[in-house]
Amino acid sequence: MNKAEYKNVFVFAEQREGKIQAVAIELLGKARSLADSLEEEVYAILLGGKDIEQNAQTLIAYGADKVILAMDKELENYTTESYAQAITQIVNQYKPSIILLGATTIGRDLGPRLSARLTTGLTADCTKLEISEEKELLMTRPAFGGNLMATIICSEHRPQMSTVRPGVMKAMIKDTSRKGEIISFEIKFNKDKFRVRIKETIKEKSNMIDISDAKVLVSGGRGVGTEKGFNFLKELATELNAEVAASRAMVDAGLVEHKRQVGQTGQTVRPDLYLAFGISGAIQHVAGMEESEFIVAINKDRYAPIMQIADLGIVGDCKKIIPALIDRLKSRTKE
Amino acid sequence: MKIVVCIKQVPDTTEVKLDPVTGTLIRDGVPSIMNPDDKSGLELALELKDKFNAEVTVLTMGPMQAEAILREAFAMGVDRAILLTDRRFAGADTLATSNALAGAIKTLEYDLVIAGRQAIDGDTAQVGPQIAEHLDIPQVSYLQNLEYDGNKTFTIKKQTEDGYQIVEVDSPCLVTVLSTANNPRYMTVKGIMEAYDKEVEIWSADKIDVDEAKLGLKGSPTKVKKAFTKGVKSAGEVYEVDTEEAIGIIISKLTEKFII
Repeated sequence: MNKAEYKNVFVFAEQREGKIQAVAIELLGKARSLADSLEEEVYAILLGGKDIEQNAQTLIAYGADKVILAMDKELENYTTESYAQAITQIVNQYKPSIILLGATTIGRDLGPRLSARLTTGLTADCTKLEISEEKELLMTRPAFGGNLMATIICSEHRPQMSTVRPGVMKAMIKDTSRKGEIISFEIKFNKDKFRVRIKETIKEKSNMIDISDAKVLVSGGRGVGTEKGFNFLKELATELNAEVAASRAMVDAGLVEHKRQVGQTGQTVRPDLYLAFGISGAIQHVAGMEESEFIVAINKDRYAPIMQIADLGIVGDCKKIIPALIDRLKSRTKE
Repeated sequence: MKIVVCIKQVPDTTEVKLDPVTGTLIRDGVPSIMNPDDKSGLELALELKDKFNAEVTVLTMGPMQAEAILREAFAMGVDRAILLTDRRFAGADTLATSNALAGAIKTLEYDLVIAGRQAIDGDTAQVGPQIAEHLDIPQVSYLQNLEYDGNKTFTIKKQTEDGYQIVEVDSPCLVTVLSTANNPRYMTVKGIMEAYDKEVEIWSADKIDVDEAKLGLKGSPTKVKKAFTKGVKSAGEVYEVDTEEAIGIIISKLTEKFII
């Protein structure tokens, strides 16, 4: 492989039902800084059925220099094979040096399939991306639970691929005056390989919340107790106009839906305020919330790991503190 | 029907603690377990065995001690267990791992390949889809439920961010299973007794038809350049006070942050 042939930073601009996903916008911001240090360009790959052209301008406003736009009815709904074929053809023609994908259910399905097809490396869930002096992509990700960080390189293969979770990178400020080029690309599909048939796509309201968007999170762990404890937590969240989040233990116990799980196997969040009730602070959990602006931890155990990262720690029993806090907030409202 | 289930032995990361002073991991005494998503994948296979008399093979790659999870799989009811172990497999990233596993699967007969969605030690969720690509079969990831028509079609419920999808796929195919898909059965006493009489097949790299350049560290496009601990963030103020005073402190902080 002649590495010198591979240039420019590509972002998979994931859209669902015509709506560009926030993570794609965040990735464009990162791609912009990577491309600037390489003195290369940012390309967005926009795939869809129809009526997605208007999104191309948005991608340019958020940092793309060029948008490769492929519209085909085979791309209207995501399937692994149609998207893998499309991106493979684009990669073979444009030879990108770097491809970034959001670590969404789609990105995590598509990324590894592509990496195997392109015979290149893929680094999952990167928290930091930079360019080395040798012009290589340095991909840093948490390993073995979160406290250990590993910087990964992909020296001999191109493109260098990484996925990044939603909320990890910061988007650029939208600049509608930015100019860019939109390139239409026609995909030649091998339809014999389309072997997964979508029968139904169902949206569930309970799944619509995205805790990574919340400014304030009221998060509960083992110390909150069972269902009764969580009902108090929900009430507190309502009082504070916050979203409820939880540690893995609570999700595994079936008290909270997975969508609200913070941590390595859940969401990465960085709210303005993170209230951790009865969460001991296992490293997997901390990996998902330590970037929060301000962390308040309430825990019985003075020496729980969460106290190490909290800006404010309260040693106490959540089962007493939460109801008392709700009462106080309610009496305040009356005043 | 023949099913191959890929499983992995992982450290029970929920048991890993941090040294509060140095910020390093305390790994001593951390038990090894069968990865939870993989265990649910195995349960799915065993349910198909119960209903359709499927033949279930478990496959893992790792050091000799990974045999423990294959014995556990025997005790849960699988028919055959294979351990890929060889120094030539060592240091593999996800792509090199998938090359080895796919190489082994190619020597077996299969209608369905099952993997867990992701392992709790790496959380990459890559090896399943990469195996599917090497085998040139379709994949369905994030499986919550699977129905089999007894002939060749699977109807699968897969999780998405905002709900779920129902998809249909014919065998052969690969699925990656969520740990929430089912509750894995316990080992039976009889199963445990019998597990120790069964043979775990030990395969070296010679047993699979994969170019050595695609295995282990040599076959890994990604390399760890450096690993480091993040160290301990300096802790803030900690108050050990009664409930009434605690409420006061929290309320004043909420006010200061303009939350209330």
